[in-house]
Amino acid sequence: MEKDIVEKIKANPDYQELVSKRTSFSIKLTIAMLVVYFAFILTIAFNPSALAVPLSEGSVTTIGIPIGMAVIAFAFILTGIYTKRANGEFDDLANKIKESIKDN
Amino acid sequence: MFNRVFLFLILGSIAVFASGTIEGEIQKQALNIPAIVMFIIFVGATLGITYWAAKRTKSAKDFYTAGGGITGFQNGMAIAGDYMSAASFLGISGLVYLKGYDGLIYSIGFLVGWPIILFIIAEPLRNLGKYTFADVASYRLRQTPIRTLAASGSIATVILYLIAQMVGSGKLIQLLFGLQYEVAVILVGVLMILYVTFGGMLATTWVQIIKAFLLLSGATFMAIAVMAHYDFSFGSLFAHATELKGVEIMNPGGLVSDPVSAISLAVALMFGTAGLPHILMRFFTVSDAKEARKSVFFATGFIGYFYILTFIIGFGAIVMVYKNPHYLDLAKQAVSGGFPILGGNNMAAIHLSHAVGGDFFLGFISAVAFATILAVVSGLTLAGASAISHDLYASVFKKGQVDGLKEMRVSKIATVGLGIVAIIMGIAFEKQNIAFVVGLAFAIAASANFPVLLLSMYWKKLTTRGAVIGGSLGLATAVILVILGPIVWVQILGNAEAIFPYKYPALFSVTVSFIAIYFLSITDNSENAKEEREKFEAQYIRSQTGIGAEGASEH
Repeated sequence: MEKDIVEKIKANPDYQELVSKRTSFSIKLTIAMLVVYFAFILTIAFNPSALAVPLSEGSVTTIGIPIGMAVIAFAFILTGIYTKRANGEFDDLANKIKESIKDN
Repeated sequence: MFNRVFLFLILGSIAVFASGTIEGEIQKQALNIPAIVMFIIFVGATLGITYWAAKRTKSAKDFYTAGGGITGFQNGMAIAGDYMSAASFLGISGLVYLKGYDGLIYSIGFLVGWPIILFIIAEPLRNLGKYTFADVASYRLRQTPIRTLAASGSIATVILYLIAQMVGSGKLIQLLFGLQYEVAVILVGVLMILYVTFGGMLATTWVQIIKAFLLLSGATFMAIAVMAHYDFSFGSLFAHATELKGVEIMNPGGLVSDPVSAISLAVALMFGTAGLPHILMRFFTVSDAKEARKSVFFATGFIGYFYILTFIIGFGAIVMVYKNPHYLDLAKQAVSGGFPILGGNNMAAIHLSHAVGGDFFLGFISAVAFATILAVVSGLTLAGASAISHDLYASVFKKGQVDGLKEMRVSKIATVGLGIVAIIMGIAFEKQNIAFVVGLAFAIAASANFPVLLLSMYWKKLTTRGAVIGGSLGLATAVILVILGPIVWVQILGNAEAIFPYKYPALFSVTVSFIAIYFLSITDNSENAKEEREKFEAQYIRSQTGIGAEGASEH
């Protein structure tokens, strides 16, 4: 990539918008995943009995089962949220940037 | 040429099965006819696909990336097929069978790396790379040292993973088909060499897609069959299971007992997944970043769904296989008491398939398990061969001055070489304790491959010196800590106490790697380092926008 194109893209407000929006979105989702997973794994390490609470009086099913399933579902839902926004909004911005350098 | 190989293989497999019959009688193992029929159908179909793919694999790009024309959905399925190994199907359902809830904890660890791959790695990887992740790591750094490091990390990961797969497959096939161990290992090695050398990434991808479909269908059927017994009530299933095994199976047990081990395992699984060369390579098979994202979305869905199924299957095995006289290992029970099942806990899912679907379904699941092994080893071998041909041969040895066809030929030779190494290692390690092998592969991927890849994408100040020395230190730390840890130092070498107390070294080795890369990069004031930092802007723009990225090849 030539230097003038690099400078041109860097100055493009669409590019700045794309980078800042995507970076903050990726970081937020990554932190969400890490917090949920580490909360789960550290509960198991420090206080496993918290997950051994029965779901209801007299039930053998513990609260840990739906929580574990929820972590799996959460991971999948996050990938869905990211893919939807990136394939729409972010790609539209990227395409606009591509168009802008075609002119010269 | 190909037809002759095909014929040889069919005849070969018949001969192999015939000899298996004799072996089977000696070992008093029933010959599993439905399994063999279904296995031959699978092998026939996949060799047919390989033949079709071979005709379409004309350039190096076709060979490494299937021409870049795989769709996001197909690639998601193939990634799932690559990741859901026989070890995770049988191992995790076996762990659930043995310890209940702990199996779920383990499988969650294997899943959570995927969203991280999507948010941080997938797009820049697709936008910057061509065939291997070393393309990305060396994008603005010096080719020779970075590619050598990345290729070493890749080859080490691939070979360790291959050993685990080969030994597992030999034992599994011995049990399921009554074949001799060596014969099983050779059969897997030969089939894998055929798929990869003739069909390249296109054949490998379709073998993985078919296998993922078969595995998900079979596991779904088993889970539904189990749930149908309990009117689709988890409460009744768990109630029955706890009557047999006690309420502890519903709680976290001893899998992760101390916080350091817990975090270290989590780091290994998350960052290790994001540093596995055969997984990273799959992102170059799609046309653009959009399809790369879809790949991860579908893959996460399939893998998550699969882990939920293995959880149900493990509990199904508790209620239908445990204490069932049909699957009881009487010889073992006489020695050790309890209710051991034939072939050990990892056979829980296999026995359950028989309990819910009889001989026919047992045959189906056995054939699926074999297909699973073939798909995983093919992906691994292709990734290892690419590191040898694309990174070491074409970029380091020939300095990029080599045409695609020559490079592809080297890759095919490397495939055959890796296949032979895998067969020899598989046989050599038959009686060895290989529990540390997959852990070590993940530790190396997390400590050498992942930090260099991540920082090369996002950190402007990264220099060649920092990446090479830091990455190597991470790799060395991972290897040394595994050797000094409880599995190798105590269980294998027979010392009384481990020098390094934790089973999973990733927390330490990944930290070493990142810190070393950081310090060695910021203190690097060479001319070279200055140039590398200047090239970052252009690289970052390409990684964010896809401008200048590799597209799909025309057919």
